[in-house]
Amino acid sequence: MSRHTLSVLVEDKPGVLARVASLFSRRGFNIESLAVGPTEVPEISRMTIVVSVDKLPLEQVTKQLNKLINVIKIVELDPDASVQREIMLVKVKADMDTRSHILETAQLFRAKVVDVAPDAVTIEATGKADKLQALLKVLEPFGVKELVKSGMVAVGRGPRSITDRALRPVDRSA
Amino acid sequence: MGEKITGAQSLVYALESAGVKDIFGIPGGAILPLYDPLFDSKIRHILVRHEQGAGHAAEGYAVASGGVGVCMATSGPGATNLVTALADANMDSVPVVAITGQVPSSSIGTDAFQEADIRGITMPVTKHNFLVTNPDEIPRAVAEAFHLASTGRPGPVLVDVSKDALQGATEFTWPVQLDLPGYHPVTKPHSKQVREAAKLILSSRQPVLYVGGGVIRANAAPALRRLADLTGIPVVTTLMARGAFPDSHPSHLGMPGMHGTVAAVGALQQSDLLITLGARFDDRVTGKLSTFAPNAAVIHADIDPAEIGKNRAVDVPIVGDLAEILPELVTAIEAEQATGAVGDYEGWWRTLNRLRETYPLGYQTWDDGTLAPQYVIERLGKIVGPEALYVAGVGQHQMWAAQFIDYEQPNTWLNSGGLGTMGYAVPAAMGAKVARPDKTVWAVDGDGCFQMTNQELVTASVNDIPIKVALINNGNLGMVRQWQTLFYNERYSNTNLHSFRVPDFVKLAEAYGCYGLRAESPEQVDAVIEKAMAIDDAPVVIDFVVHKDAMVWPMVAAGTSNDDIMVAREMAPDWSGEDD
Repeated sequence: MSRHTLSVLVEDKPGVLARVASLFSRRGFNIESLAVGPTEVPEISRMTIVVSVDKLPLEQVTKQLNKLINVIKIVELDPDASVQREIMLVKVKADMDTRSHILETAQLFRAKVVDVAPDAVTIEATGKADKLQALLKVLEPFGVKELVKSGMVAVGRGPRSITDRALRPVDRSA
Repeated sequence: MGEKITGAQSLVYALESAGVKDIFGIPGGAILPLYDPLFDSKIRHILVRHEQGAGHAAEGYAVASGGVGVCMATSGPGATNLVTALADANMDSVPVVAITGQVPSSSIGTDAFQEADIRGITMPVTKHNFLVTNPDEIPRAVAEAFHLASTGRPGPVLVDVSKDALQGATEFTWPVQLDLPGYHPVTKPHSKQVREAAKLILSSRQPVLYVGGGVIRANAAPALRRLADLTGIPVVTTLMARGAFPDSHPSHLGMPGMHGTVAAVGALQQSDLLITLGARFDDRVTGKLSTFAPNAAVIHADIDPAEIGKNRAVDVPIVGDLAEILPELVTAIEAEQATGAVGDYEGWWRTLNRLRETYPLGYQTWDDGTLAPQYVIERLGKIVGPEALYVAGVGQHQMWAAQFIDYEQPNTWLNSGGLGTMGYAVPAAMGAKVARPDKTVWAVDGDGCFQMTNQELVTASVNDIPIKVALINNGNLGMVRQWQTLFYNERYSNTNLHSFRVPDFVKLAEAYGCYGLRAESPEQVDAVIEKAMAIDDAPVVIDFVVHKDAMVWPMVAAGTSNDDIMVAREMAPDWSGEDD
């Protein structure tokens, strides 16, 4: 199985997330990560879905997603031709002895300290999954008290936008 | 313009404007505001006895009329009772619009009385659905629902309308602009693919037209006929496609699949090219998928791109409307033929004719004077003829009705194919009769199925919808019993319904205001069918008491290869001898 990143433009309507999620579950496809948010077009939301499937089932995922009426467009993003980011917030045990070590580590990874308490610091890091994984590995020996990660968001490199042709005017009346 | 009306009135106007003539439904608290203006509408509302009946009636209506069927229910249990019929319509691509009442929007999510999240519940079993809480959005939701249900791959669409949206003030405008930016069904085929298909067809030696229900839904039966006549390629019609191609046509090998003819199953298995038209490689057709038609290249034409390559890899995919694809394919083949390419299928036909002659459909008769169910169904088809509509439930009687009645025209055979919904026949027949009052409509039902939805005979009776029911009563859940016979050492766990006499179906029919007739021996069959045919002032039920051990043959056991089809118990066909 291989990992694929799908950018899915959907109408910003109630229930859309449920439709997408239930489709994946019903057809037996596993979602690794999912992130939803607004786009530059007010009535369109964008989902970034990471799935682990082979090529043929991926084609089924895409076709089934396309059948959802509220789904406008699906693009698979090539990892080499796109920018992919996740955000991670991690709360690490820190006392007088370890705090400076932790801060150094954070700097090495260009992560930011966003909260400091007498016995803990919270670090914010952004990047690709493998970078965050590497940071986490280094932080683990200090004691991870809490960890939260966003789903991945991604955008294709270069000047083109996937929303360019997505909003074709629909000229049909009943 | 500018006149304030209620959302309910707007909904009635919208339904009228969408061309609705008949609705099947039951009122209740949340949808009551709608039933008030409906009382004054030209639309005929038929009050059913159970919402599932409304759903299947809408399906039967849709198939028989070629239009959209409409059913209506209140919130909560009314809406959930529609779910089976919606799932059925979804599997068989039947255009149905369901209107449901919902609790007031301020109560949604509070577990209010008769509240059910019907939009959430029906998401996986509808083509699309809507929850409307603003009365101004009613006309567009209705227009979009009818557009979605009837275009592309047809299917059910549910419109859930909250009570406050029905009661609120609004203005009605029509026509409305549809707002479906994600919905663009491809109808026009890619001409390069069509030419590719034409070449493949003429260079193949053992092609088969594998015809599915999509040909009927696309109204493409006449175009299929031209293609078959032009090429002389053998045709098989799946359960959903019975009637898409005349049974009397010499190129027709019958139905493939679990209970298909040896010739149809053998043709698919030995084929070098499947010309798949509006079919979806269902497990009941393919048997064990990895052994299905192992030497065949595949042309797959379908309106739904997701069907292409879903179960079987495809060599030439054609996405589009079969009503456009088939004429283009005919033209492309004619162009190829003009260059001298002519398909040579003579050896192929020799093989298939041998299978057809050696293994015709047949059945066992019983020498104790009891009725063979197949005989009943065969006589029904002969006496009633191909002009009538036949509507089956699910099980043995359904398979026999598919096998032993000859269908000559599309939309004369209605059944629950994909979902396999017992109880489909009586309400669907009722819906079909409402759509086509000029046609004789026969439900061919089993005693198990019949007892799931026979309450709709009351609806048929009091609303003057004179359907006819041929009840194939073997006192058992016959198909399940057949599997117990074959695969569970004849241990008949919970399949005996005791319905040879309880209930007394003749009395039951009479209690419902129908005629009740009975036949128990072969000599009585013709007379009782003719008697039923002579009645047209009320529904008729004939209780055909048949032998309980009759089995459906041929059979490809579930999960096995089509090559292992059994002509009868422990009797495999002889595949060898082809090309001799």
